[in-house]
Amino acid sequence: MLLTRKIAYELAKKQREISIAEFFERNKHILGFGNPTRAIVTAVKEAVDNSLDACEEAGILPDVMVEITKGDRENEVKIAVEDNGPGIVEKQIPPIFGKLLYGSRFHAIRQSRGQQGIGISAAVLYGQLSTGKHATIISKIGGEEFAHFYEIAIDTQKNSPEIVKKDIVNWDKEHGTRVEIYIIGDYRRGRRFLYEYLQNTSVVNPHAQITFIEPSGERHVFERVTDSLPKPTVELKKPHPHGIEMGTLIKMIKNSRTRKLSTFLKTEFVSMGERTTDAVCRKAGLDKDMDPKSLTREQLARLLSAFKEVKIMAPPTDCLSPIGEILIKRSLKHETREISPEFIVATTRPPSVYSGHPFQVEAGIVYGGNLEKDTPVKIMRFANRVPLLYQQGDCVTTIALSNIDWRRYGLEQRGGKGIPVGPAIFFIHVASTSVPFTSESKEAIADIPEIENEIKLALRECARKMQQHITKKEKRAKTREKFILITKILPEIAKKSAAMLEKPVPPLDNVITKIMDVVWIEDSVEYEKVKRDGSQMTLDSFGQHGEYGCITKSKITVVNYKRKAQQFNLYAIIPNEAIVGFVDPKPEKITDRYIKWSLPAIEPTERIELSFELAGLNEGDFDENELYVEGINPDYVIGANKWEGD
Amino acid sequence: METKRNVLEKLDEIAMRVYSDLEKSEIPKITLPTRAKSNIRFDEKLNVWKYGKGVTSRSAKTLDGAYMLLRTMYMAEFIKSMIKMKKSSTLRELYYISEGWDLAKFNSQQESDHLAEDLETITGCLREDFRLRPEEDGARIIGDIVVEEITRSGEKRRIHCQDDVGDAGYSIPYNVEKEKINFKSCDADFVLAIETGGMFDRLVENGFDETHRAILVHLKGQPARSTRRFIKRLNEELHLPVFVFTDCDPWSYRIYASVAYGAIKTAHISEYLATPSAQFLGVAPSDIVNYDLPTDKLTNEDVKALKSELTDPRFNSRFWKDEINLQLKLGKKSEQQALAKYGLDYVTDVYLPEKLVQFGVLKK
Repeated sequence: MLLTRKIAYELAKKQREISIAEFFERNKHILGFGNPTRAIVTAVKEAVDNSLDACEEAGILPDVMVEITKGDRENEVKIAVEDNGPGIVEKQIPPIFGKLLYGSRFHAIRQSRGQQGIGISAAVLYGQLSTGKHATIISKIGGEEFAHFYEIAIDTQKNSPEIVKKDIVNWDKEHGTRVEIYIIGDYRRGRRFLYEYLQNTSVVNPHAQITFIEPSGERHVFERVTDSLPKPTVELKKPHPHGIEMGTLIKMIKNSRTRKLSTFLKTEFVSMGERTTDAVCRKAGLDKDMDPKSLTREQLARLLSAFKEVKIMAPPTDCLSPIGEILIKRSLKHETREISPEFIVATTRPPSVYSGHPFQVEAGIVYGGNLEKDTPVKIMRFANRVPLLYQQGDCVTTIALSNIDWRRYGLEQRGGKGIPVGPAIFFIHVASTSVPFTSESKEAIADIPEIENEIKLALRECARKMQQHITKKEKRAKTREKFILITKILPEIAKKSAAMLEKPVPPLDNVITKIMDVVWIEDSVEYEKVKRDGSQMTLDSFGQHGEYGCITKSKITVVNYKRKAQQFNLYAIIPNEAIVGFVDPKPEKITDRYIKWSLPAIEPTERIELSFELAGLNEGDFDENELYVEGINPDYVIGANKWEGD
Repeated sequence: METKRNVLEKLDEIAMRVYSDLEKSEIPKITLPTRAKSNIRFDEKLNVWKYGKGVTSRSAKTLDGAYMLLRTMYMAEFIKSMIKMKKSSTLRELYYISEGWDLAKFNSQQESDHLAEDLETITGCLREDFRLRPEEDGARIIGDIVVEEITRSGEKRRIHCQDDVGDAGYSIPYNVEKEKINFKSCDADFVLAIETGGMFDRLVENGFDETHRAILVHLKGQPARSTRRFIKRLNEELHLPVFVFTDCDPWSYRIYASVAYGAIKTAHISEYLATPSAQFLGVAPSDIVNYDLPTDKLTNEDVKALKSELTDPRFNSRFWKDEINLQLKLGKKSEQQALAKYGLDYVTDVYLPEKLVQFGVLKK
């Protein structure tokens, strides 16, 4: 942010001195247009980010189409991005597409994609500079009869849009926007990144449907996996003092009508109460009644450092919109279905704060299936629901990942440091009102200790679950062998030896418990589709109208293969989003996190069946029980882990 | 050989062990000597290598162990029925019959062969007692000896192993016990057991059996039990010294060891198969140097095998340590037929006579 903002001010000052074209030429590498491979991805990214943001703000489930076609010249491609968003008010069309650094999101403090790039106008400018062709835009607002067509050029001297052609056209779409830009780009090389960008975008935007049409006509559809929009973020009207920069502070003072420093601080910032304000003024050695406009540069600097030294309450976090465990899992499952992974886990950390900026970390791991076992794990990085494709090595996500000893979690890692090797994909999403990028190209998140720590916590949580899954599976496989042994081989041995000696077949129960010597817990999950209003069957109704399309039915079987009777408590973890229905037998306790049974004593070779139903989940959201036991040596138990307390 | 009743009793004993474990609510298991290099000891009394005190147990606690127990039951039952019906079968037939054993069927013939040997060690009976015979026949011999064989029609037939046979020699049957074969007369000074068919044929063509009063035995690689038993009987009953003539590589030394010391796999019946006085004639690594023989490089497997032999108690002697270390140093191996470098008659005119003089069988 710092650089763009500085550039913006400089631009404002020097607009007459240097042309916008010159500015762009000088900075195009950091703006993502440095080479023809990246230019394609960046241009698409700017347009898609705009579309997704616009749809969300308008409460529309995004339906975005990206079409790449060959241009007239070599390496010339036409990029068309079309959405079903709210459309753009006619008079806003020229500045949005034809003026650099024009946008509504620039000073809003909330989590948005928009802060990611310099804007769609940069793509328009790049197109114009590289091909000489103008961008065309069609946009229609809901309820209007016609759509507006614009062909726009950018006046590179004045940084202002020049309307080459405008028209009113028929468009058989209710509302939406379509932009077409010609650029010089290397599609052959860029294709892989573009595909990855769109696929990853689909993963972190489970509510969006993205269609990608290649020059060959091949069509890829990244499907929507939920019908619920992300929770709308509340805009922080005022900044938190921790995040503030000198320039912004000066501007705020200029625009403020307050006469006293204390009033200024209390009214223009969040988290600044009476006491905190006094403390800051005292720390800065400033009179709280002085006119803020009279502050010298040196005094302002003292004020800024006082902000850092005085303890100020964290800002509110409803400005953040995490994706959520269930949706991350569902998305990952959908996008990795060809790999048929064995296990997917995801977690959302509670919000946290770094230098005054709220942020929140989410992580996930996709494990097993057809994933390569001998190659480094794949890392999917995201900032505010936007995929990060470049500069992986510099990113805090990679740094955090590399600083965890993955050998403890069953992956290979030389020396317990670096990117581990194994059949896994790691997913990391950092959401913040201000993502601290390492540079203006916004491809890597800076190594902020608070963020690194949260990423580690999230990854470890996922890793623990992955590890539990792996050990459980190994233990089960071993015990499953024993099942064959006791149910098939042993009776045969008994029969044969008895036949050879012409004696009766001896009873085997005691030998069986001696061989098994475990308590076996097995679970299965089934889904039952239930009718909604009328006769409509639905797969996806998560969170809508309180009516559910799917009942998740869990069945748990406990068999005692120990020589003595066993009695213990069993816990089944349930997802936050789920609503518990029928439970059998009667549990001792149900919380929003688990169901607890206090089981009766189970005699040797006896079994107990338990079951419960969950509503509010989609088919596949909950596909494996997480079971814990208490009051029994967990080493005796196959299929559940030790209960560590609430 | 055990009596029929004895064999049946011993097979039932296996079933009894399993059955009584089950009756006592114990996990059934069978123990048998560990059949590995680490568990062979020299038996001073018998003068051969036998299994030591190491014991392997097959317990139904593990899936593999349970499968082994079940297969053992099936095989014991099958052998019982063969004995009762007075039939016999080859090891290969046994393997195919086991195809019908449902859960107890084998994955490969190697497994069923191995289990048959296990059964021998558990019961102390011989494969022949179980009426099982190997697929491969015994090897062939040529020499001035008269063998009386009882043919399948029950008649006694005398065979002179030079005059009554062609150049391929007399074929050793799978059963070489006295009920089948007896030596009637012999006019030879020693037995020469030869690894390869090519060398056997060379000596036959050169008339070595006649010129040097030898009984030539073709080992056909790793010798069959009947071949080893046959050699042992020649040695014991006719008091003929035995010399083993092989290629110069680690695998050939193992052929010699199985003739002289007993094989690891069949150490439970070493006293019945091994000829402790058999001597290694060559080709030895020192011959590579002394006779300047053409060589090949040792492969990685060869080197591994040689090193393994250095820790094999059967090769724990001055002679073998020196020879194996020399070979490792040379990094070379050679073949019997490499002696042809000096002409086709070199082996019969020079090499073998020189060696036999060293061993004191021939005079200079």
